Amino acid sequence: MTSAATADRAALEVSGLSKSFKAVQALDDVAMDLRYGRVTALLGDNGAGKSTLVKCISGVYSPDSGVMRINGAERSVPSPEVARSLGIETVHQTLAVIDPLDVVENLFLNREHTRGGRIGAWLGVLDKKRMRSESREILGRLDIRIPSLRRSMSALSGGQRQAVAIGRAAAWGQQIVLLDEPAAALGVEQAARVLDLIRSLRDAGVAVLLITHNMDRVTEVCDRAVVLRQGRKIADVDVGSVTKDDLVAYITGARTGDLE
Amino acid sequence: MTGDIAAGGPLPAAARQWLARRRQDAGLRPYVVYIAAALIFGLFAVILRDDGFLTASNLLNIGRQAAPIAVMAVGMTFALASAEIDLSVGSVTALSSLVAAEMVGDYGFAAGAAAALAVGAVIGLVNGVITVKVRIPSFLVTLGMLGIVSGIARNMNNLQSLPIRNDAFLAVFGAGSLGPVSSLLIWTVVVGLAGHLVLHQLRWGRHVLSVGADRSAAAALGINTARIRITALMTSAAAASFAGVLLAGRLAIGRHDLGENLLLTVIAAVVIGGTNLFGGRASVAGAVVGSVVMAMLNNGLILMGLRVADQLIARGVIIILAVALSMREQKEA
Repeated sequence: MTSAATADRAALEVSGLSKSFKAVQALDDVAMDLRYGRVTALLGDNGAGKSTLVKCISGVYSPDSGVMRINGAERSVPSPEVARSLGIETVHQTLAVIDPLDVVENLFLNREHTRGGRIGAWLGVLDKKRMRSESREILGRLDIRIPSLRRSMSALSGGQRQAVAIGRAAAWGQQIVLLDEPAAALGVEQAARVLDLIRSLRDAGVAVLLITHNMDRVTEVCDRAVVLRQGRKIADVDVGSVTKDDLVAYITGARTGDLE
Repeated sequence: MTGDIAAGGPLPAAARQWLARRRQDAGLRPYVVYIAAALIFGLFAVILRDDGFLTASNLLNIGRQAAPIAVMAVGMTFALASAEIDLSVGSVTALSSLVAAEMVGDYGFAAGAAAALAVGAVIGLVNGVITVKVRIPSFLVTLGMLGIVSGIARNMNNLQSLPIRNDAFLAVFGAGSLGPVSSLLIWTVVVGLAGHLVLHQLRWGRHVLSVGADRSAAAALGINTARIRITALMTSAAAASFAGVLLAGRLAIGRHDLGENLLLTVIAAVVIGGTNLFGGRASVAGAVVGSVVMAMLNNGLILMGLRVADQLIARGVIIILAVALSMREQKEA
């Protein structure tokens, strides 16, 4: 275990979470929790329900049933805006970056600073200078290197786009950060940077959920692993107590039933 | 702070960066409309020099023709930027000219204009709400609305024009001028400038572009995409209404068909100006210059002595060519 026991408080608890799309039961009575200062891996084969679970937590989907608690208080998350206001930030598989906008605009999208007092705030007059300098600070703190902040996203490489998406989640995710395959399609060095980012979030006390297919990443940065199969949770284990082969066995269904 | 983040260096470096950025981000696409405007102007100046193209009164005439097109184009830019389209604009312009004419006699010039704008905003609201809530593509909703609004305009005064005799209205929205500058020109600049600032300096403008570029990404970041799409369609309809006010002011009448045939011209102006027909890229300045291009073409075709039927054909061909050209550019960029 990596951090102090005092940090080991539940940030988010879900129970009885179910979601179906027409005939497909994407999530079936799933329960899990995310703890402050801990990284939880969410594993499972394609179609196991990982992204659906993330989208339920982040307010993109509304679950058919289930209870969600944030800091012990029952909450419903009817929209992404509510999720963000509760301190839940998400990096979706699709990254959710807006191509024609520049790096600063993407970092601050829907979190813009305005100027001109109350009238300016009502009109939404953008304080571009302030957002630019804060962007430099955010990216500098996370050691994310982008050639120019005024570059539109469409001119950036895949790794840079990913870095901006993760930087945005890290910048705004005060409590809970959900990462859906954040290092997919990245080079070795960039993937290592993403892991560093995850560690620094953890050390800052943030509860992190990481979806990945890469078992090395699980053993490198994750404390716990939750495994979904066909929409059901089939394992919820300490990463220190299992091997990579065990995890793969859970994912493929060769082994079931280790729920602590 | 990392060393890689480019800070503002000396001017030549900054200029180089700017150019590099332009090349990488959008190519020279945003400047095509200015080049086209210059080329067409030059061409007509040469081949129509004996037909009065370059006379002050003709250039002024082009400006007056361009004004309502430009105002509609600025509004349409926001509809297209949000990945919607508003086909009802021509009919809204016509109905608004009638509403303004009707109101101005009894309640004064400001009430006339305000009523017309309100009509546009309400029609845009209906367009937007049906598009978003009933989930019908906006091109179908606004196509239906085009018919409805045209019908209402035709019923309103039994196909008769309504004369406007309010001098203040005619001065402010039409024939008047501030010093040597026509009020139509002033309104065009005001609307264009306002649209440009809204698109680039206000949160709403950036959100419109975001929703148009990637609606699900914008939604995932908590942007209320329904509200953005509805307000974008309201903007295009309200702008069309204001164009109706300007047409009524220029011609001193309200009529059921004023501006009715401008729809295609407006869309062409916006797309030639660099706005993507399918959302995510928009230029208000380009739309205004594109409107001038369309007005020049119109004017040139008339001066060449083409009959109305031939003008229609020529204009259609030119619009398809121009839009095809600019869409190819957009795909390459």
